[in-house]
Amino acid sequence: MTLLAVERIKLFTTRSPWWCLLTALTVTVGLAALITATAEADFPLTVEVTQFGRMFGLMVVMVMAALAITTEYRFSTIRSTFQAIPNRTAALLAKTLVVALLAMVIGELAAFGSFGIATLIQPEANLAISSAADWRLVAGTGLVYGLSAVLAVAVGVLLRQSAGAISVLMIWPLLVETLVPVIPRVGDDIAKWLPFTAVDQFLAGPTGNPPLSPWGSLAYFAGVCVVLLAAALVTANKRDA
Amino acid sequence: MTLLAVERIKLFTTRSPWWCTLIALGVTVGFAALMAGTAEADVPMTVSASQFGYGFGLVVVMVMAALAVTTEYRFSTIRATFQAIPNRSAALLAKTVVVALLAGVIGLLAAFGSWGVATMMTPDVDLAINTAFEWRAVAGVGLVYAIAAVVAVAVGILVRHSAGAISLLLIYTNLVENLVTLIPTVGPKIHQWLPFNLAHHFLTGNPDPTGRPDQFGPGLSDATVGPWPAVAIFAGFGLLMLLISLVVANRRDA
Amino acid sequence: MIEAVGLTKRYGKTLAVDNLSFTVPTGRVTGFLGPNGAGKSTTMRMILGLDAPTGGSALIDGKHYRDLHQPLRTVGALLDAKWVHPNRSARAHLQWMAKSNKINPKRVDEVLDIVGLTSVANKRAGGFSLGMSQRLGIAAALLGDPQVLLFDEPVNGLDPEGILWIRKFMHRLAEEGRTVFVSSHLLSEMALTAQELVVIGRGKLISQTSTEDFVAQATENTVRVRSPHLSALRTALGRTGVSLRDEGDSLVVTGMDCAEIGELAASTGAVLHELSPQRGSLEEAFMQLTGDSVEYHAGLAETIDLVAAGK
Repeated sequence: MTLLAVERIKLFTTRSPWWCLLTALTVTVGLAALITATAEADFPLTVEVTQFGRMFGLMVVMVMAALAITTEYRFSTIRSTFQAIPNRTAALLAKTLVVALLAMVIGELAAFGSFGIATLIQPEANLAISSAADWRLVAGTGLVYGLSAVLAVAVGVLLRQSAGAISVLMIWPLLVETLVPVIPRVGDDIAKWLPFTAVDQFLAGPTGNPPLSPWGSLAYFAGVCVVLLAAALVTANKRDA
Repeated sequence: MTLLAVERIKLFTTRSPWWCTLIALGVTVGFAALMAGTAEADVPMTVSASQFGYGFGLVVVMVMAALAVTTEYRFSTIRATFQAIPNRSAALLAKTVVVALLAGVIGLLAAFGSWGVATMMTPDVDLAINTAFEWRAVAGVGLVYAIAAVVAVAVGILVRHSAGAISLLLIYTNLVENLVTLIPTVGPKIHQWLPFNLAHHFLTGNPDPTGRPDQFGPGLSDATVGPWPAVAIFAGFGLLMLLISLVVANRRDA
Repeated sequence: MIEAVGLTKRYGKTLAVDNLSFTVPTGRVTGFLGPNGAGKSTTMRMILGLDAPTGGSALIDGKHYRDLHQPLRTVGALLDAKWVHPNRSARAHLQWMAKSNKINPKRVDEVLDIVGLTSVANKRAGGFSLGMSQRLGIAAALLGDPQVLLFDEPVNGLDPEGILWIRKFMHRLAEEGRTVFVSSHLLSEMALTAQELVVIGRGKLISQTSTEDFVAQATENTVRVRSPHLSALRTALGRTGVSLRDEGDSLVVTGMDCAEIGELAASTGAVLHELSPQRGSLEEAFMQLTGDSVEYHAGLAETIDLVAAGK
């Protein structure tokens, strides 16, 4: 608990988490407002439509999570951290947990905020979170943001540089995962097992012929995040701070 | 010319441009090899299919271009620069030109490298570059990378932080432009005028009818202007961004 | 010559530099003295055209920095030794600077030699110690063989040998007829290095004088007298109207020099055991002068008064 408090203090005494929180919420909720306001008869409003800014919020959250650790390396505060808490695994796990929790809160706020503003702008659309799929779509955003933050922290620990970590974290889901299906023959088979494709299967799926159920997809994504985190912790323990 | 030489020295005496060049070439040519290696009769290799990976090189080049200026701010060497060259517009323009030229060269190497590797791996397919479309699809990559580098330098000058500039550039090019299309009614109308969509249109628009069927590849651009006007608008966007960034840099304390 | 006229810089509500006017003469080492946060670095950045003044102007030989042709040939500056890309070698750093002002590339090796960095010229600057970085910064300042040199806190982090080297070096630059402007928050260092002083506090000019005058004016000149006939001496001195302070077995006299006191003692027949001129510490004098204007110690004077008054 002490370590969590330490990391909470560290996170909230710099400006970047506040900026990221604000940006993530403004953009997701703002996009939901925009899309609801312009929706019309031939483009009916659904719960899924209200969530269309989720990828944007996800990117912002991953940037925040990566920066939470890469800035420690940049300003060498990671040395002060390891000096105060020589158990590096514990220190980094505490940081991961705090960042992931914040990411989860941002995710829930963004998802329910987007849904809320849509019902306000178009009350006659009778939007309601009723089915299990609807709940997964909206409430699941928090889980996805939280896990993605773990992934981003892991990448941050491994690369130690803001520019590198952010590039990898943006390019992978936005570009690599969209280009893989273009590869003839094997492309689609590989794409099924890509982590952010699994995220889509969890939130918006099942679409196509996924190898896993929605919750199975989320578990798979969580598995990828945990493996990366473990690799990051092993590296951080072996490396000179 | 002196200022260009200065920026050339500055760029090539750090490691990041070398890394970025290597990575950009590796991913684009590697992706072309992957495409060629898995091509089959009903998904044939074409000239444009050899360039499907240009987006990878594009983001790497933009990251490099943004870093070329944000690292100057991070290490305060921008102050040493403005001390040596008090004409800030001249200093920053020289940097932009050098970075854009490097980006253009990377683009040409990546494009012709991708085409070359595809030609070698599928010798029985005719991959000769004949039509205007095919020339644009390959050689045009150099032009697009160079203009994208100008945009990235401008954003770097405006934002000054590596993390911020890179996030902004990558999220905008790979996410925002695509999300715009989802906005009902006005979305597609806006989207066809967005800069990176126009760049994509320049490279993939007006395809040769003998080429690969549309469904086997990244989607075609929905832009309605011709390919050359499209790239002209893209270039205009780059220049506008650069102009704004120069005005800001001249007004701001270094 | 550097000339500041009504130089002012405001950051939001904070007035970092307040209507500052001074001149830095040619052929002398001029110290720019003030406590931390007094506005020294901001002033230097404005002289170099890096920061735009809110008001007033700073001129070098009558010109704004931005209007200088090939400015490194006129003005060399070391403002912060860390303004170097860590992955760039020392030589590459100097090479691009030389190129930018059309300075002969041979000059790069010359200045590396002057500052003694030849052996590490191809090493990345990020691995340099503070002292080495400082030397690289000085090499960059010397690159254009400029007539005007600015150094911001150049001895920070240097070992005694390095400090001595810089001091002698700046003297030599001034003897060659150059204008040398060097900032410091340490009066003791400036007293040894500078011939002229520009003293500021809270962004305002406190004084511009020669170092000698400043020290003489700032430090109270007193004479300590010890004598077995102290009470007789006290009476005699008291009649002359000088101010006296009792310190146990000695008297501290202000306003009379040793010769006068010696004659007075002889005429009263008092035996003297000690007659020595006292100089107040430079640091005390500096504190006294800038005391009210130390940004981060506001209220210190009041505290001392309260303590002295036994409250």
